[in-house]
Amino acid sequence: MTTEAGSETEVKEKAEESAAQPDQSETAKEESQEIANVEGEEKEKGKEKEKEGKEGKGITRYLPTWFKKQKSQSQTSPTKEVPATEEPVNKGVEGEEEPAPEVNGHAEEVEEKEEVKSEEVKEATQPESNSNVSADTEPLAKEEKVEDTTSKSPEKTKETADGEGAEEEEKKKEPEGHVEAETDGGESQTSIFQSPLRLVRKNKMKVVVCHVTVLDGTDFTCEVEQKRAKGQYLFFKVCEHLNLLEKDYFGLMYKDNHDEKCWLDPTKEIKRQIRSNNWQFAFGVKFYPPDPSQLTEDITRYLLCLQLREDVASGRLPCSFVTHALLGSYTLQAELGDHEPDQPRPLDFISQLTFAPNQNKEMEEKILELHKSHRGMTPAQADLQFLENAKKLSMYGVDLHHAKDSEAVDIMLGVCANGLLVYKDRLRINRFAWPKILKISYKRNNFYIKIRPGETEQFESTVGFKLQNHRSAKRLWKVCVENHSFFRLNAPEPPTKARFLTLGSKFRYSGRTQAQTRLASSLIDRPAPSFERTSSKRISRSLDGAPVISITEAGSETAENGRDHRLELHSDSKAEEVDLSPADVEAIPSQQQSPGRAEPASSQDLNKTQDEVLKHQASISQLKRSFMEAPPPSPPQPNQWEKRLTSSPATIRVQQQQVVSVPQTEAASADNTSSETKEPAKTTEVEIEETVVIQEVSRAPKPVVVTVTADPPAASPAEHEPQDQKVKVEEEAVVVEEVSPAKPEKASSDSESEEEAEYHPNVPASISQSQIPEGKEEEEQMKEEEEEQKQASAPVVPSLPVEVSQPAEEMSQEEEESKKEEMQVEEKKDDQEEKESGRETEDSTDDPMVTPEEEPEGLMLPEESAEAAPTEEPEQPKMNGEASLVEVDPRPQVICCSEPPVVKTEMVTISDTFAAQKTEIATKEVPIVHTETKTITYEAAQLDGNGDGEPGVLMTAQTITSESLCTTTTTHITKTLKGGLSETRIEKRIVITGDCDIDHDQALAQAIKEAKEQHPDMSVTRVVVHKETELAEEED
Amino acid sequence: MAGLMAGFGHYTHAVVRGIPASLAKEALRTSQAEVDLTRARTEHEAYVEVLRTRLGLEVVELPADESLPDCVFVEDAAVVCGETALITRPGAESRRRETEVMKEALKDLNLNIVEMTDENATLDGGDVLFTGREFFVGLSKRTNQRGAEILADAFKDYAVSTVPVLEGLHLKSFCSMGGPGLIIIGSSEPAQKALKVGSCLFYNVGLDTIYNNIPSFEHAIHHYSVFEKLKDHMLIPVSNMEKVKVDGALTCCSVLISKNPNI
Repeated sequence: MTTEAGSETEVKEKAEESAAQPDQSETAKEESQEIANVEGEEKEKGKEKEKEGKEGKGITRYLPTWFKKQKSQSQTSPTKEVPATEEPVNKGVEGEEEPAPEVNGHAEEVEEKEEVKSEEVKEATQPESNSNVSADTEPLAKEEKVEDTTSKSPEKTKETADGEGAEEEEKKKEPEGHVEAETDGGESQTSIFQSPLRLVRKNKMKVVVCHVTVLDGTDFTCEVEQKRAKGQYLFFKVCEHLNLLEKDYFGLMYKDNHDEKCWLDPTKEIKRQIRSNNWQFAFGVKFYPPDPSQLTEDITRYLLCLQLREDVASGRLPCSFVTHALLGSYTLQAELGDHEPDQPRPLDFISQLTFAPNQNKEMEEKILELHKSHRGMTPAQADLQFLENAKKLSMYGVDLHHAKDSEAVDIMLGVCANGLLVYKDRLRINRFAWPKILKISYKRNNFYIKIRPGETEQFESTVGFKLQNHRSAKRLWKVCVENHSFFRLNAPEPPTKARFLTLGSKFRYSGRTQAQTRLASSLIDRPAPSFERTSSKRISRSLDGAPVISITEAGSETAENGRDHRLELHSDSKAEEVDLSPADVEAIPSQQQSPGRAEPASSQDLNKTQDEVLKHQASISQLKRSFMEAPPPSPPQPNQWEKRLTSSPATIRVQQQQVVSVPQTEAASADNTSSETKEPAKTTEVEIEETVVIQEVSRAPKPVVVTVTADPPAASPAEHEPQDQKVKVEEEAVVVEEVSPAKPEKASSDSESEEEAEYHPNVPASISQSQIPEGKEEEEQMKEEEEEQKQASAPVVPSLPVEVSQPAEEMSQEEEESKKEEMQVEEKKDDQEEKESGRETEDSTDDPMVTPEEEPEGLMLPEESAEAAPTEEPEQPKMNGEASLVEVDPRPQVICCSEPPVVKTEMVTISDTFAAQKTEIATKEVPIVHTETKTITYEAAQLDGNGDGEPGVLMTAQTITSESLCTTTTTHITKTLKGGLSETRIEKRIVITGDCDIDHDQALAQAIKEAKEQHPDMSVTRVVVHKETELAEEED
Repeated sequence: MAGLMAGFGHYTHAVVRGIPASLAKEALRTSQAEVDLTRARTEHEAYVEVLRTRLGLEVVELPADESLPDCVFVEDAAVVCGETALITRPGAESRRRETEVMKEALKDLNLNIVEMTDENATLDGGDVLFTGREFFVGLSKRTNQRGAEILADAFKDYAVSTVPVLEGLHLKSFCSMGGPGLIIIGSSEPAQKALKVGSCLFYNVGLDTIYNNIPSFEHAIHHYSVFEKLKDHMLIPVSNMEKVKVDGALTCCSVLISKNPNI
């Protein structure tokens, strides 16, 4: 981080210099921008030229956008994107100009920014910094903004890359940008300017013409920069062309090399996605709003109608004869207006239109008849009626995918707003509502969903399906992730952006959720845009002989995805292993699999005594019970969940006197399954597990070191008897790197990077956002306990490894990982993990499927493998752990609900789920043992508040958790010991979730340093580093 | 206008059929009980009267056919939903001809007629439970998979799921709709057995289920349309003792139709 800072500053300086001249003119421009955009453009160009001198063409391109951003922000409210009035003017100009759209909107601006950033972003690993910065900086004066503009833009771009809602991010970013410029956010940011990418840009400006088929069947062409343009850019251009504001329901499709329909990811470069020179796209509805009447604008409904007409006509949306007729009649009413009795041969006319796949005279007559009854209905009303009927169709908004069940029977999987549907032939054989689904994952060509146990069932079950190939499995998984996020979350989960090489898919939905888009569209304040209904076009088209109204491209594409696809069962070489598992799983969903998971307990509390654990569990189970009792949440109820979550953990902690908070949050993200502590989390939180995890894990997306500032506990002790008191400050720095379960990953990682991914749908949006970071990463928890004389300062970390033998290994690994470059690190980790993975717990439903694959690699590390042996018995103490546990409290960290607590030094792998590996190192004292649950759990180790089981009376216990950057939990425990001595112990737990690129040593050092600074009168008694990594695999 | 998909519970017409004298002797049955024809007819008249007067339905009465002893159970001959009527192919050979008259009657009501022509398909309307949002089709002695598929084709607007009916005659021998989103399931052992799977399915689609402790609840509970019509879900007791002897439940005795006057 520090290194980067230097570069950044330089960069900034440059930028500022260059900007200096332009600034004045710019400011003037901004003021006047409102008046004429065109002028603005010209001016911008001028500026650009100036800059070009220094920075080169590439940059210049982007400049205009920046300006616009500024404009937009200052002038218009963020939510409104483009005033309708401006568009026409802009369009004319823009259409042909370069990609830099001037248009109005933030969106476009964002896009460009992102483009610039795109690569840089990857490198930059600190989303966290942003948040802080933004808060601080918001107040900044506008003036600054203006000046900064040049400098900002690059930075902004970096941040934006994350890919969240374009507009929203923009807001945040801007402030940040300023701040950085001013303060120089030296720490986290990588230098944008210096990046090699930049250079490339200068030279290349290749422009490609994209052809986008829009819903009325017309073609929209748009030039984009070949290399850099992201999906978003094109998408926004199309929306602009369509004058569409409620665009979150829509998307762009393209055909991949295998001729399958894919959604263009807005956050990625187009070129990288299409992987061909066929720049053909189709604009269509991606998320079918369950209640179209809630759309704000008629134009949005109109576009939805067009999509549905196509769906109906092509047969993708099946409906009965009568419904066909009714929908057709509304279509006529909307496009032609009232029935005209004197029109000659209306039937001939109608037969030119396609309303249904097997349209016949009878239907046309019925359509005509019904059309007559709609007299007086306006087009908008007719559209609404159309939608009101269409939305009731059972296949409305259902995205079908061919699959096979465990018995190789052809089925169809349908993804929709409500969940996942399973069809066999024409019958619906099952339905899994989102709230019932705990986890969605894919591995190779297998697709799994883990089901929340029903009322009468005790265990979770996992249902597996076979897709045609891994691509289809991944595509299905992505669709699920997106649909769940869009319809069920309040806000998208934070993308795992910064990660470098990810083996698994780190994909997350990055757009706005339905809740967000509804909110945004409620702020739309423009006169209803006038638009021309396509009737004429459609008719002309049909006259031309186009058989289907629907656009061929879109239609065919979708069709492919959907029913038309043929299922082929490929048993890939890899698949073999998998095969077993899925079948098993399905057959015995509840029994076999569940046991593993259910029990796994879950929480690993390092220092807890069993009693404590039991209590804890009890409270948890209570919590759980209350959750379960609640009626199945049909509508998303994120809020309640969140509340509960937030509250519950706290209480628990207090009782236990442990600092749990961090782990839980993690847990939430990571484990849903069974750990009890986590359970609350489960229900509420959506955890994202990507099998892929492994890959992801290695790269820590964000090295977030959360240092929890300990409250000044010192004070309290002081009060009593200064002399007698012992003040212990225990700070735990928990660096959590979550490593996704190695299992799938390993196998896959070698050959296929993205074969697996997991996603946990049930997390509440809010929570999920904060921690969700794909649980897969390794979690490293570093606990530091500082005791009075012992330790010194920050540099503790490095020393640690030396002291503890066992841990040392682990440490070393960690260190290595941390040190190594992201890419390298990741790889290493994987290997290690794999090796380590050997220790799995038995459980996990998923295991069966996964196991086979994972095995082979486990051998690699002798040391670990040895340890790994205890695969099945979580309970057995791991060798490492024991050895190292010299003294103090060898407390089991993890407790499985069902099973007795097991102490493990290193972690386990969970087959499907993840395994979490944890390594703890104590400087002086004993390393803490980690338990693993196969389950999802990443439990964070917990320190005992009591520490050594001292008898004292607990006077106060306080836990403070801050989740901003890293998760920090601070617990203050003040006890009265014999003799009236009081002891205050502060435990800090810092969870750093990140990929390998995190510098753990530095993070730890920083944490210790901060702790000391905060509590100068206290000493650091113990530092425990707990690393959780998920490993793959089970048996070695 | 949007009422094409009628949902549930709002009916305008009912089709019923008289009781042939042959019912007493020849009607298919699973028990050996003696049927008192006179009493059965009396009960039936009372039933029709309830439909006509208390529920305000326009009742279409079809004449009984002596060659079709089971013809009073019109429900099995057709499945009507919205504007579409599927003429079934009853699982019992002896009942196939019951559909002929039914078809004509439904045609006269301007329904869109779909016929089940597949020789391999069988479907009794008694196995078809419509919840307002989807269909459940019992796979029973009288109804097979193919029949369910054809039903799915006929009513493409709705999802169709199947429920194995291991014991008893029809799906609706055990359960019926108690109102929107509410399925009432009999608590008898065969009912429980037969619907073990079904109740899961129901649960999955968000249907509440109520287990009724009355051994054969059909005796006491009228078709859901009755509940629906009367806002308070008042139960209208209708005696059906005689027909039960030949496995006839109340819902078997009518085909309820929702006609949208606008269309």
